[in-house]
Amino acid sequence: MKMTGAQIIIKLLEREGIRMIAGIPGGANLPLYAALSKSKIKHILARHEQGAGFIAQGMARSTGQPAVCFATSGPGATNLMTAIADAKLDSIPIIAITGQVPTSLIGTDAFQEVDTYGMTIPITKHNFLIRNAEELLSVIPESFQLAMEGRPGPIVIDIPKDIQKQQIEIKRWPLMKKKKKKDKIDLAMIKKMTHMIQQAKKPLLYIGGGIIHSGAEKLVLELARKNSIPVTSTLMGLGAFPPDDDLFIGMLGMHGARYTNYILNEADLLLAFGVRFDDRATGNIARFCKQARIIHIDIDHSEIGKIRRSHLSLACDIAAALKYLNPLIKRQKRKEWISFLDRMKKEHPFQIPQSSDPLNPLNLIGMISRIAQGNAIITTDVGQHQMWTAQIYPFRTPRTLLTSGGLGTMGFGLPVAIGAGLANPKRQVICISGDGSFLMNIQELATLAEENLNVKTIIMNNGSLGLVRQQQEFFYDKNYMASRFITRPDFAAVAKNFGLKGIDLGKERDPEEILQKALNEKGPCLINAPIPFDQNVTPMVPPGAGNHEMIGGE
Amino acid sequence: MEATKANTIIELTVNNHAGVMSHITGLFSRRGYNLEGIICGPVGDGSVSRMYLLVEKNARLEQMIKQLEKLYDILIVSLREDYDHTLFHRLHDLIIKEKNRAKYKEF
Repeated sequence: MKMTGAQIIIKLLEREGIRMIAGIPGGANLPLYAALSKSKIKHILARHEQGAGFIAQGMARSTGQPAVCFATSGPGATNLMTAIADAKLDSIPIIAITGQVPTSLIGTDAFQEVDTYGMTIPITKHNFLIRNAEELLSVIPESFQLAMEGRPGPIVIDIPKDIQKQQIEIKRWPLMKKKKKKDKIDLAMIKKMTHMIQQAKKPLLYIGGGIIHSGAEKLVLELARKNSIPVTSTLMGLGAFPPDDDLFIGMLGMHGARYTNYILNEADLLLAFGVRFDDRATGNIARFCKQARIIHIDIDHSEIGKIRRSHLSLACDIAAALKYLNPLIKRQKRKEWISFLDRMKKEHPFQIPQSSDPLNPLNLIGMISRIAQGNAIITTDVGQHQMWTAQIYPFRTPRTLLTSGGLGTMGFGLPVAIGAGLANPKRQVICISGDGSFLMNIQELATLAEENLNVKTIIMNNGSLGLVRQQQEFFYDKNYMASRFITRPDFAAVAKNFGLKGIDLGKERDPEEILQKALNEKGPCLINAPIPFDQNVTPMVPPGAGNHEMIGGE
Repeated sequence: MEATKANTIIELTVNNHAGVMSHITGLFSRRGYNLEGIICGPVGDGSVSRMYLLVEKNARLEQMIKQLEKLYDILIVSLREDYDHTLFHRLHDLIIKEKNRAKYKEF
């Protein structure tokens, strides 16, 4: 059977189980689109390639399965970069397929030519530049394997236009069987870890995104309860541990609660599982958990010892390790340590606002969490609203919080919510955003209107780049340079002009009632929520300080 | 150039195709590792190459090796403390044909 490169690509994507692709067509990927038009795969036309990349991320983050996006050469590819880099830092399996100028023109500065391969080397797990159509038969299945295996990550496949058009004879399709590497667990190491945990007086679980990637949340819960080990989570780990459990002490780090960071500072053993000692989580690393020994388990062996030396470590899938570790662990009560937790929680609680103003940011998030369905997917943008959400929204199951942790990309929330909505049509998806972030990918409202998804956006509108303004207040002599917006778009009206429902809570007498109605209605809706411009996220660990040296939030 | 004791050699066996060198040098520049020298050439039928990286022996060496091991096109990474890294400093003498040596002396 003779097929073109483009037809082969689409066929291989179908065989990988891809049902949806977000993208934008252009000169160098038109053959791909011609082939896509004959496929059952649904195409989602984004309005900016960064939107397409984040829509794919929304699918991948909410399902744990690889997702695909398309872009043309040149600006199409450069516009994708932010979404790819974002996926790299949070270990998200997306596959970006970019058109490239014809092979004969590569290197000539042809129209819409950039070195996509060269530009994506440092922001992908791996990337390919296809040199002939035969390569597609191995590269595409391999990309899916690579994106998922070990520590997940983004893959770029750059495909010149002539190769998309090249016809080759296909005799048989590659085998779909995925090689699954079995983790060989070092049982002697597991025994040493067991011993160290049982000897410890004040052990603490420090869990992150790795738990969610591994699907190890039940095993972590089992370990914590069996041996009475309190649990703190990174931003990426939220949802992996029940927030109402007595052993949970919340998110650590720059905007962790006072009690959380104080308890951390007391620990004598840190079980660092599926974490990478990110600076926002650890604060000044030299002052982080100084008294604690460290057991580090991560699937990426280069994370072991990258930031902090560990006393015992394993480079393997965390679920695989816990399957061996948990049965060896004895039940322990740890009365003293647990009563210390309770005391810290009482003495240094997270400060909930005294006022009942529904438009106080923390009250607003509390209200959203009361109204939202239990399995609602929450996406955020980046800034104060993201931190407030992380601080108090009760994420009960993995993959209910989709947030840009590593790269901190403003503009993330809306397209990721669209992707999550596409992949989970039965679930409620809520994007909690800020006015600064929202403007960075506002064009995707057009995509949302077209897809008519059950996606709600709530803009916590303080007319400023709030987290920047806050840093200027604390650390730059209140010199509010470039952090306050002079013009303020009417977001509810903007939504209406995109063909969506738009609501302004600032104009309502009973915001809670209106919000409840809006969130429970089917279909998309944008909700503007004016909040005070000068409310800060507290507590805050100043740059360079140890986690226990917080300011505010007392 | 004087041979420094603080250097060592990392030997890599890599897939031989355009772009592999970019992945390796890109890793060094992105992570801020020093790369003092590279020698590279095809081995066997040319489907793989061998690379010798002259690097500084310091606390980041372990990280460097771990990061190299993650690269898709790198097949084998080994630290070669037993190799003679002073070769890198004599390369110029070795590569110039005998009869031309005098001509290039000043370089």
